[in-house]
Amino acid sequence: MTQIAQVTGSLGSIGYGLAAIGPGIGVGIIFGMGVQAIARQPEAYNIIRQNMLLGFALTEALALIGFVVPFVFGP
Amino acid sequence: MFADLALLAAQEETHEGSCHFETGDCGFPAPSADIFELDPYATFSLFGLEFHITKYVVLAAIGVVLIVGFFFLAFRVPRLVPSRLQSVGELGYLFVRDQISRQVIGKKGEYFVPFLVSLFFFVWVFNLFAVIPAGQFPVTSKLAFPAALSAMVWLIFNYVGIRNQGFVGYFKNMAFPPGVPKALYIILTPIELFSTLLVRPFTLAVRLFANMFAGHLLLTTFTVAAWYLFSSNPFGLIFSATSFILTVVLTAFEMFIQALQAFIFTLLTASYIGGALEAEH
Repeated sequence: MTQIAQVTGSLGSIGYGLAAIGPGIGVGIIFGMGVQAIARQPEAYNIIRQNMLLGFALTEALALIGFVVPFVFGP
Repeated sequence: MFADLALLAAQEETHEGSCHFETGDCGFPAPSADIFELDPYATFSLFGLEFHITKYVVLAAIGVVLIVGFFFLAFRVPRLVPSRLQSVGELGYLFVRDQISRQVIGKKGEYFVPFLVSLFFFVWVFNLFAVIPAGQFPVTSKLAFPAALSAMVWLIFNYVGIRNQGFVGYFKNMAFPPGVPKALYIILTPIELFSTLLVRPFTLAVRLFANMFAGHLLLTTFTVAAWYLFSSNPFGLIFSATSFILTVVLTAFEMFIQALQAFIFTLLTASYIGGALEAEH
């Protein structure tokens, strides 16, 4: 079976790049909606900020797991 | 004109072989996962297990002494009008109690506040060792430390759930959350069981580990780049200075992330314990 195409080099970088798409969109949505919520109701700033940071950390975890996995299952 | 200057500088670099002013080789020594492997200071074996006393163990021991010593000294002789150390200790305790435990669990969680306080401060101090000059390794960047904490949290919330809802009741409530059309249970139950019993401890540990691992790797990369780019031509100086400034800025960002990760770890622990204390309704 002849090889038609091959990717060499740092596959970990490609993996991280792909893994960062979803969390990037997710973090944008979280903070965008958080800012909208603060604009609608400024007196709820503290509770909104806490929930924003909670959501940010949960979403960021996925991107960082994508960063770490190439090192764990490394060459 | 700038392109010519840049080309000239590059040629000068490769010609003289002085990419940085100490040795002649021009490869950038990119930090990888190897920088986390340290030689142990001492090894001994006990009951057939080998113990390596590395820098992580020493830093963890220092962290334990700091935290236990601080809280012991702060609350040794508690007074109604607090002394200075006691008020700082109260700040820490009340922060976890009001912002984490009462928000997430409510009044029923008072029993767990000391555990949450310990967890928060241990994770935070272990993270802080990344930016303290003599330490410079976040203790939580070795997967063993977050994994151990996460295993402890898993055991605790399962035990609390089984004790409060009964063995059968706890797993029944976990597998069959109420308010769902009956047909959906076929796909919902395996997902719920898998998510609560396996995914939760895994992501709890890996979130903390990956944040600290990536942050330390980033700081190391910029520090090594500041050293590596330092050469006699002006472009080298500009790049090196920029890299150094970025190191400082990223250290500030890293300190924010350390505190945030400690907060998130404790918040999620409180959330899991709260979920185990009473069934979803």
